[in-house]
Amino acid sequence: MTDIPVTSPATKARRPNRLFRNLNSKVASIPMIVTSVVIFLGGTLWTVVYSFTSSKLLPRLNFVGIDQYERLWATPRWLVSIQNLATYGILSLIFSLVIGFVLAALMDQKIRFENTFRTIFLYPFALSFIVTGLVWQWILNPEFGVQSVVRSLGWTSFTFDPLYNEDIVIYGILIAALWQGTGLVMCLMLAGLRGIDEDIWKAARVDGIPMWRTYLFIIIPMMRPVFVTTLVIIASGIVRIYDLVVAQTSGGPGIASDVPAKYVYDYMFFAQNLGQGFAASTMMLLAVAIVIVPWAYLEFGGRKRG
Amino acid sequence: MNIRAFTAFLAASIVVPFGAAQATDLEVTHWWTSGGEAAAVAELAKAFDATGNHWVDGAIAGSGGTARPIMISRITGGDPMGATQFNHGRQAEELVNEGLMRDFTDLAKQQKWADIVRPASLLKSCTFKGKVYCVPLNIHSWQWLWLSNDAFKKAGVEVPKNWDEYVAAAPALEKAGILPMAMGGQPWQANNAFSVLVITVGGKDLYQKVYGDKDAKAAAGPEMAKVFKAADDARRMSKGTNVQDWNQATNLVITGKAGGQIMGDWAQGEFQLAGKKAGVDYTCLPGLGVTDVLTTGGDAFYFPLLKDEAKSKAQEALASTLLDPKTQVAFNLKKGSLPVRGDVDLQAANDCMRKGLDILAKGNVMTSTDQLISQDTQKQLEDLMSQFFAGSSLTTDAAQKRFAGIIASAD
Repeated sequence: MTDIPVTSPATKARRPNRLFRNLNSKVASIPMIVTSVVIFLGGTLWTVVYSFTSSKLLPRLNFVGIDQYERLWATPRWLVSIQNLATYGILSLIFSLVIGFVLAALMDQKIRFENTFRTIFLYPFALSFIVTGLVWQWILNPEFGVQSVVRSLGWTSFTFDPLYNEDIVIYGILIAALWQGTGLVMCLMLAGLRGIDEDIWKAARVDGIPMWRTYLFIIIPMMRPVFVTTLVIIASGIVRIYDLVVAQTSGGPGIASDVPAKYVYDYMFFAQNLGQGFAASTMMLLAVAIVIVPWAYLEFGGRKRG
Repeated sequence: MNIRAFTAFLAASIVVPFGAAQATDLEVTHWWTSGGEAAAVAELAKAFDATGNHWVDGAIAGSGGTARPIMISRITGGDPMGATQFNHGRQAEELVNEGLMRDFTDLAKQQKWADIVRPASLLKSCTFKGKVYCVPLNIHSWQWLWLSNDAFKKAGVEVPKNWDEYVAAAPALEKAGILPMAMGGQPWQANNAFSVLVITVGGKDLYQKVYGDKDAKAAAGPEMAKVFKAADDARRMSKGTNVQDWNQATNLVITGKAGGQIMGDWAQGEFQLAGKKAGVDYTCLPGLGVTDVLTTGGDAFYFPLLKDEAKSKAQEALASTLLDPKTQVAFNLKKGSLPVRGDVDLQAANDCMRKGLDILAKGNVMTSTDQLISQDTQKQLEDLMSQFFAGSSLTTDAAQKRFAGIIASAD
């Protein structure tokens, strides 16, 4: 963004054109620039344009205005999926940050076998969402999972079948996602904590500040960059959630655990209605833009002022 | 299939290419992956290999819903297979309109397909603008109720003879700790079970009006309300099935853990594979024992337009093999479906298949929903029905209202 050449005569006179500075690296990055412009930007624009058409199995340019969007927002399944994404998104953001940070803080107490614990907590992250989903599908299956184990211990009326209950199925997915994702958050936080100077701790101790206050009012504000990075990683994971749902419930029971990405896929390929799928994916893009743009403005726009 | 037969089959498939100098590999994609289905496909492969070509199996697991997008994207993406399965109906409509599929009109005329294929509606749904684009292979009907005789014996009630008796027997089954009705969680199962209720409980006229004429008034009417009432019963009876795939649900019936299941005649392949006998271990009720009618869905093979001359020749060989009387018998017996030719001899057919053949012979057939409504409408109905059957959050009135809405905008 900042590379746009400023062609005021004064600058020209003083030094060579900015466009040709670091020429080698600019030439080297041309393939990536072309890729992102053509593939990402081009593909996005193409999708948005075709979302205003009545394309069925194959893309065609017969425009129907905002028909696809009207239908989309009148579809109960889409509304359910948006609701699920909101519930899942907010909860997983809060829980993975809190649990991740607490784990990291505990780990930071110079405990023994720290490496072992760190490995154990990070291990789930090495598994793909598909594997995670299948494992948790089995654990939460009432016939041979947690429910049957507890029942075999004597509590015969114990019921725990989140994946088969419309009202709580999204929490069943949340559990699996947290199990998989918090390890990474913990590691990022731990790295952040290790980056804090020991002297700050010493100073806080000399001043007699209790440990929890040190964390809350000194350490966390100092870890802002780490939190921002973590936030971006978690948020991007939330919007693109798809495979975990497919592996765990395939959107069921009924449509109770549906998510926007699954709606897009189903309507593009199963229903052979590209227009409807494109409209839904454009709405997803819009949702991301609404979250990202103000944040990016604050984050990067603010730096120039300071 | 036992190991020896399988080895023999593998050996044969290796030997044949050496025997015939002009053996051509032809990749055939399909979604027949359950035990009974795989056995049936092996018959097709055997027959095709015998023509001196080579069947390259392209099975895609996960039922049609998963397989079709892959097939379509391969054809539209410029990597077409030699031949591919689709259901009878409109699934390949746009591919044909785009000119991506091969026209078989000449072969059809030469071999008189119009005379041998029965019912005629099957060839008609292969025909676009007067040209034939696919080869019908078998007839599958949805309107079957499969009942486990053991389960009813255990519950101490007679095996029901129709839907109403079945609903009445549900409490007894439940008391005996048996799930009254098995229904897998995949959306297409709920949707099709509902369409079965429409044609049986609601009747042929209602079915034609709703799915054929897309009459929203009929879909919102009192007769349809009766169907939704029956669907509500089915929903109550199938609560707690907790499996996804249809064959897992069928397995509950086979093992007597569930009383029955509404499923197409392909379920029969699973019963056969488990060594169960029709009439003794299980009972089948075509048309749910209410209305003697079957819809003639099923599978057809479509052939993408290929540039390779040798492969195009092999496509022709495959097309005529599929309609060969011998292949028709061998395949359909294993698959549990009915042949598309009326003139073949099905000596080995069991009780259930005979019942089906009888209904076909009497001409009590209707067009399947796949042929009547587009995939888009089908998907919307699936969303509605899977939500309806998944829990009690949708009342019958609300569901009917949404159903009428979808029918009103259907294409």
